[in-house]
Formats: sequence, C-alpha cells, structure tokens
Amino acid sequence: MKSSTSPSSFPKAEIGKEMKGSDCVVECLIREGVDVIFAYPGGASQELHQSLARTDKIRTILPRHEQGGSFAAEGYARATGKVGVCMATSGPGATNLISAIADAYMDSTPIVAITGQVYSKFIGKSAFQETDFFGMTLPIVKHSYLVLNVHDLPRIFKEAFQLARSGRPGPVIIDIPKDVQQAKFTPVFPPTVEFRNPLISQTPHASDEELKNILALIAEAKRPVLYIGGGLISAGAHDELKTFAEKTNINVATTLMGVGAFPETHPLSMQWFGMHGAAYGNWAVDQSDLLLCFGARFDDRITGAVDKFAAGAKIVHLDIDAAEHNKNKRGVIPVTSDVKYALARLNELITAHKFTPPDTSGWHQQIATWKKEYPFDNKAGFGNSPHILPQEAVATLYELTKGDAIITTGVGQHQMWAAQFYRFDKPRRYISSLGLGAMGYGYPAAMGAKVACPDKQVIDIDGDGSFLMNVQELATCHIEKIAAKAMILNNQHLGMVVQWEDRFYNSVRGNTILGDASNVGGPDNLDGIYPDYVTIAKGFGVKARRVHKKSELREAIQEMLDHDGPYVLDVIVPYTEHVLPMIPAGKTVKDMILK
Amino acid sequence: MRHTISVLVENQFGVLARVSGLFSGRGFNIDSLNVAPTHDATLSRITVVLKGDDAALDQVTKQLRKLVNVVEVVDFKEGQAVQRELLLVKLKADGKTRSEIMQICDIFRAKIVNVAHDSVIVEMTGDDAKTAAFLDLVEAFGIVELARTGALALTR
Repeated sequence: MKSSTSPSSFPKAEIGKEMKGSDCVVECLIREGVDVIFAYPGGASQELHQSLARTDKIRTILPRHEQGGSFAAEGYARATGKVGVCMATSGPGATNLISAIADAYMDSTPIVAITGQVYSKFIGKSAFQETDFFGMTLPIVKHSYLVLNVHDLPRIFKEAFQLARSGRPGPVIIDIPKDVQQAKFTPVFPPTVEFRNPLISQTPHASDEELKNILALIAEAKRPVLYIGGGLISAGAHDELKTFAEKTNINVATTLMGVGAFPETHPLSMQWFGMHGAAYGNWAVDQSDLLLCFGARFDDRITGAVDKFAAGAKIVHLDIDAAEHNKNKRGVIPVTSDVKYALARLNELITAHKFTPPDTSGWHQQIATWKKEYPFDNKAGFGNSPHILPQEAVATLYELTKGDAIITTGVGQHQMWAAQFYRFDKPRRYISSLGLGAMGYGYPAAMGAKVACPDKQVIDIDGDGSFLMNVQELATCHIEKIAAKAMILNNQHLGMVVQWEDRFYNSVRGNTILGDASNVGGPDNLDGIYPDYVTIAKGFGVKARRVHKKSELREAIQEMLDHDGPYVLDVIVPYTEHVLPMIPAGKTVKDMILK
Repeated sequence: MRHTISVLVENQFGVLARVSGLFSGRGFNIDSLNVAPTHDATLSRITVVLKGDDAALDQVTKQLRKLVNVVEVVDFKEGQAVQRELLLVKLKADGKTRSEIMQICDIFRAKIVNVAHDSVIVEMTGDDAKTAAFLDLVEAFGIVELARTGALALTR
C-alpha cells in the first residue's frame, strides 16, 4: 500500500514510545478525546480489549450484541455531536455492525467502527471468522481503512475521526488484522492530516451574491416556507436559524431529522412535515411560492410524488453536500455551504442592509387557520377510548418530563407518535433511525445517549416489535448501571404494517401479529399478551411494570421517571389506532388521509 | 448519452472498487474502463466510458468527487477531449488472405505484431469511429480473439 501522507512528512509530528499496535489504537482514541467505546470482544479483537483493559481513560462498555453496541455508538453521537465509537471482532462480529453503519450513512451520524481482522497472512484464505469487511461495507461508509502496516495506525485514526465528524458527517470503518495489533513499533503521531481530494478539507461557504439572492427572493415572496433538515443539527446552527426565521418572519417546517432544530413551541413552528407530518406544514410547503430548504435532501417520505412537490415554488437548496443538489428534486437553486456560516452571514446581511421582510400576514393567517382546524397533537379523541391510547401515553410523558427528555425510538407507528405528541424545543432530543428505518434502534440508542448525557432523562419510546429486536441490551444497562428507560407502546402487532394492511390490503394480516394469532392479546385480553416484558425484565434484573388502566398511566410513567436505574414500562394499547395524517407513498398532499 | 469520465485517484487498493461501485450501485453498465498510473506514481487515472441518463450521471460524478481518494473528476463532453483506444485482434489468416489484411492494416496505420501459420495479431489504435470501421472490415477474415484497452482520454 502506498500512502500519500506518510508520518515522516509532518515536521511537528510527535514520536511516541515503542508500543504494540493495539496499544497505539487506544492511544489514538485517547488523543481523539474518546471517553467511551461500545465493544464486543472476539479472537481477532482480543488484543485491542487487552489494551483497553490497561487504560482508565476510556470506559469500555460490553453490549450484549454487536448491533446493540453500534446503535449505542450512534445514540451517543446523535445526543452529543461527538464521534461515537464501537468495536467488534472479525467475521460475524463485524457483520453485526452493518445495520448501524448503514444507518449512520443514511442519517449522517459520525461514528468510527473498529473491527478486528484475521492475521494478514490469512486474508483471502477463508480463514475462521474471516469476512472482507472493507469490501462489503464500501457502499455504506464515508470512508474505510484496512490497516496493513502498523506504522499507518496514527495517521489512519486521525484521518478517520476527522472524516467522521467533518463536512457532512458519516461512518468510517477501520479494519485491523491481528498481526498489526500485535506488531511492536514506534508510532509517529501526526499533528494534522491532509487529503489530496481538495473538497475534503474545505468547508464550503456561500458567496454574498448567493445569500443576497436568497434575501431578494424572500423580499418578493408572498408564501415563503423554511424546510429544515438534520444538516442544521449537524452544523449546530439552531440559534442562527431562530434569529433568521424571526428576522424574516418565515414559518419553519422541519423534517424528522430536523426535529428540534427550531423550537416546536415557537409561534413560527409548523413542527415537522412529510408522510405523517403536520397537515398544516404539508399544506404550507405545497402552496408555498418560495421554499428555502436548508440541510435536507428531499427524501421520498418528505416529498411524496417528487415532481408534484412544492410545484409552484421557487426552491433554494442550501446544503454542505453538493451531491444532494438536484438529486431527488430537480430545478432547485443550489447553494453549497456550511449552513451555520450561511445563516450567520444572512443574519449579518439582514442587519447591514436593514432588510425588512415583506408583508405576508395573509399567509400567516392561512397557516394559523389550518393549524387550528387540524392540530397536530389532537388530544380530543383520548376521552373516547376506554383504553390507554398510544398517543396519550406519549402526550403524558411529554407533560411529566416537561419536554426536557431525550427521546429515542424504534421504527413504526410509535416512532411517528413520539414525534407528533412529544414537542422538541432543542436539537439532539429526538433520536431515531429515520433514513434506514432500522427496528431495534431505540433501546441501544437510549443506552448510548444516557452514557453521553447521564444527567438527562433518556427514554426509548418503543414498539413491542422493535423493542424485542435488541432486548438483550437490558443486561448491558443493568450491569453497567445505565439508567436508560423504555416505554413500550405494546399493541401486540407490527402496527405500521398493520396500518398499511388496513388501508391498502383489506386488513389481511401477513405475519404482523406478534403473539398467538388464535388468542391475540390486548387491553381486552390481558391473558393473551405475549411475551411478558415484565418477567423478561425481571430476568435481566431490570425494574419493570405493566400498565393497562387509563387511570394508572400517569402514576406509572412517573414511577418510571423517578426510578434511579433502567426501567421498562409496558403500556398495553389497542392495535386499532392509525398514525394520521398520512400521505400514501408516492402520492401528493392532495391525497393526504386526515381521518 | 455516451459519457467519458476521467477520474484521477490515489494509487491505492480499494479505490477502483469505490469508483466502480458508484456506477454499479446505480445500475449503470460500464462500456469500458481503463486504469493505470500517471507520471506521478502515487496517482492513477481511471477512464470510464458508459451510456446513461445525463442527470443520473451528473449525480455519479458528484458522488465521485466526494470519495476521499479521488483528486479530480472530469466528465468529457463530445469533442472536448482527445480520445484513443488500443486494440489487439487475432485474425484468421492464411497465404491467401494475409496480404489483403496487410493492405487494410496499412490504410488504418495498424501493425501486425505476430504472424502464425493460420493467424495474425494486429495492433491498432484510434478513436471510436476508426476502431469500429477497422473491425467492420476485418470481421470477414474471422476474428479469433479480441482485446481492447477501453478508451483513454485527455482534455485538449
């Protein structure tokens, strides 16, 4: 392997003492400020665990499945913006990381995944627990390394962390053969790293002309809308956005990735839009004449039929990744920029040029009317049901936590209700697998977020299907004393698929019942409920409680919040609720189902 | 539309897989692909020729620019680049046809690089039109084997 930036090309490089490759890995992690790693050992990563055992600067958490560990690294990264780190052995250990790597790629989450690899001499020989991890992850990484020379370790780790966290963040993998871990050498730690690709080291900044053009478009607009994505949270630009929205008096609709980028209780907030987003947000985007898309990527769950999306609007697409421009939605005005810089500069230009926004009071009035007619978190129906409704459980949790918790989710109906009935005023509080939609994400992500933010309430709002996919992490939380809570909205079904069955497949159940199909459990048939999560949790030594009575919901949630340790609250809810509104896949705002 | 995409990359293992993966992952079939080091041995040039929807290919070139080991990407439009391909073709040839083959080679400035009792190997370079015309003419003699480098391109 030829290396373009050999350690010796850095004059100010620091020469370390002689050490093993595995000790050097730990030294590199410490130098990158890593304080926790989620790592499951095996033959090919054992050396690395031995080295981790020799340091007290890094907390090594043993997950009970590599997928749990890698989702935890993502939860850590999403809650903090710092790089999350996970590690696994070669072969099956490595393949178990793949869902999280794909997820981090889709949701632009900064993680570094380290894998042990078989001895170099065994690579390509179908050795025990050998897989070509470098090869199989190529389409789902921001970058990847197979380390064949121990001297490359310090440079590769520095590059990997810089790549993971800079620009548009993403996953980087480092695959290290066992002989490289064992090799003794004198490491040279480069103070900086350089990339020959000129785009990697540059942070793109919008020109003043481009930004003034945006202001000129705003000055002419009658129905402007800000469409805000997760890029804003990655950039830490929420304060700049608030100032900009207020100064221009433009309503803000976020994507699910962008939830919390703008305070959802702010009068200009339209919460989030898309397939299950707020009706008024969808209508406003649909009828806008100027759509300012910052840090988002026109995902199909946002646009529906993309050619009919915001068809009457001029669309400005500002993103740090030029490859997103005109990818899904064509005919946009592209601006390639770090969004934090762009918003800060826009705010300066507004002040310097005494920019006053146009009178859009009619538009604001229209949005207010829609908002009143179709409120997003409609609590009106709660009283009509004799049972606890899943939406009601989320709304109650919001009330009791005063909106101040970090919420993670699995994937499905509960994921949507969590975003509909909990309001997020701050970024990095709604942590969910959104692009990939990986079930089983919720509880391990909560574990990672709780490790990162031990002083905050961290609650996984989960479904009974998703929760079971990584239930083993209860053991991790118990042993490691990680007080991540789970509130399961248990409807005994794969609720979102059931909803599609009800809407589009004549309610034929295609393997969507999680218990005994001849004795389906639910609030009216408690004996049929399967599995018994309270008993499962008990086996893990985790406190748990089942609640099915409306009258006990509030007190049960409070008990979960008050408990000083991991906790599972199994909330029995009917499976008949549908997530609304809903724009069916590939359809338009006009096809939105409201009832 | 036909595109010739020239990608300057770091000369390292895995880079070709990353580059070709961006095409295959989007369902593009590559017509030809050539890789070799440049005058700077730490860099290689990959030349890809393929047909595809302009917008989709524009996406691919943008994704190529994001690869860490990619230094430069150029999507040559028609006429912007000098484009050549080298081909080696083994033709059936006996005493009766050999001289006719040599005449055609002369016209196309191709070279006979190997002669056997029943065949010749011809080396020929040219752009698309020339190679197509040449192969069209010699096909009648019987093509035993054919190897081509794929197009190489440099900006004018």
